[in-house]
Amino acid sequence: MTCGEAVSAYLFRAIGVGERLLPSNDIGICEQAILIGSGVMWNIYFALFAVILGFFAATALALGKFDGGKFTKKFCELFIYFFRGTPLFIQFFFAYELFVLLPRLSIDIPLGFTTITAETRWFTRAWLGAAIVLFLNTAAYSAEIFYGALRAIPRGEVEAGAALGLSRWQRFRLIVWPTMLRLAWPSYTNEAIFLFHATTLVYFSSFPAWQQKGDALYYANYFAEKTFNPFIAYPIVAAYFIAVTLFLIFVFGRVNKRLTRHIF
Amino acid sequence: MFEFCTDPKSLETFQWFSCYLTTPKHMSMYYSLFTVVALILLTAPFGLMFGFMGAFASRSKNMIIRILGKGYTSIVRGVPDIVFFLFVPIALDQAIEFIRHKTLCWDVTEPIWRGNDFVVCRAAKMPLSEAAVWTHDVYGFLLAVVAFAFVFGAFCSNVLAGALKSVPRGQIEAGRSMGLGERQIRRLIEVPQMWIYALPGLSNLWQLLIKSTPLLFLLGVEDLVYWARELGGSKTSAYAYSHADWRLAYFTVLLLFYLLVTSISQRGFERMRKRLARGQNFSGAS
Repeated sequence: MTCGEAVSAYLFRAIGVGERLLPSNDIGICEQAILIGSGVMWNIYFALFAVILGFFAATALALGKFDGGKFTKKFCELFIYFFRGTPLFIQFFFAYELFVLLPRLSIDIPLGFTTITAETRWFTRAWLGAAIVLFLNTAAYSAEIFYGALRAIPRGEVEAGAALGLSRWQRFRLIVWPTMLRLAWPSYTNEAIFLFHATTLVYFSSFPAWQQKGDALYYANYFAEKTFNPFIAYPIVAAYFIAVTLFLIFVFGRVNKRLTRHIF
Repeated sequence: MFEFCTDPKSLETFQWFSCYLTTPKHMSMYYSLFTVVALILLTAPFGLMFGFMGAFASRSKNMIIRILGKGYTSIVRGVPDIVFFLFVPIALDQAIEFIRHKTLCWDVTEPIWRGNDFVVCRAAKMPLSEAAVWTHDVYGFLLAVVAFAFVFGAFCSNVLAGALKSVPRGQIEAGRSMGLGERQIRRLIEVPQMWIYALPGLSNLWQLLIKSTPLLFLLGVEDLVYWARELGGSKTSAYAYSHADWRLAYFTVLLLFYLLVTSISQRGFERMRKRLARGQNFSGAS
């Protein structure tokens, strides 16, 4: 198979478009690079889903732990404690078994012009089930980072806001939240990178790669086992991950610049 | 285990469970706990050793060593750890067999990689195919330890390099003015004083290490995850102890177990921090 053929056959294989059969003999570097690259889409999807939703959940959890009522505080503390104290790998197994036990229901969601049928069996698919686990996990880790930042906000700044007659919401939006983000940002960048790397666990835990639609590491592992040569497939994955990680650092660095623009 | 266990089908709930939880297979699960503990206890010192080598290499005056040290830490940190857990054991295994093949069977001229196969002569196999089963298990486990130490060494190296940088300059200058050499300064001043700066990072790594032990399952080691899946799956009446799918319960126990271990070690690190801060001018010294 030439490189051009490999591109057209496997560029979107990970989402089910293109050649159905995976290469099994005479595996060239092109096929490996393209197929693994197509798997990276899944890693990026999981990371985006979890980080974006997790950001808001983490803010809420951190605020709950810092300044919530008795019950809210306890709940947030327990949530963070549980997800930070247990291995993600086992959380995947646990969640999968839990989702399998869900009664098989389908719920119709009317949207006016059309109707979507949501089925509970989607929870056993990686695109939803694993994404939820990653979301909860990163929410807990980020919440602890945000909580630490909340505790480090100088009291004087908040008091100054109160003295200016700002309402509670205004104090949060104008003082607490931006300062919290600025203080937390370096650690939060690390957490985002860790989460992106953790997405490789999805297809190695109990979530099956349905119709061999897997992530980058799933295909790399497939090639390493087929060719008995780990020295090509794994370095390709490594290269992809380093590239995306550098991009992530760049994006978070830009945000950091914006958060600290009044300082430098 | 107990005498009344001969006919499990006739037992009451309590007795049934006391028999069920002491079957030989459950005993193997409890023994696999030692595998997990052994992995942690072996990885920690070797990881620390890799970390020291990486940290000192990345501060070296020799440019090549410095690039090697910095490259090691940044590459491992830029790539998911599980890639290394999958890659290092198989790469190391092939490297060892390759070297043994070249030294022991130098008369074989056929290539080792033939299409989709990796073929070495019988004498180069590691461990030898006629060796006892336990040697295969131990060999596989040791390869896993190397992979873990390699990854955690890189993280460690980053923490230690930062801690070494945090030792007050005055201390090092004082050493120099007393006429100590570079090595003496390192041994007598830098290394003893850096621990308090390294401790938060190291305690994080320790927790991370504990939480990555279930990944042993991916390397084919029969660890807790393996047994939880094995024992929790539903057993038909053909088995002595038949039950429905209990994997959820087994994984719940595993989660609680890890929660217990991480919170105990967290407390241990808190005590150690207080101890190391004693007599020093830190806010957390009390």
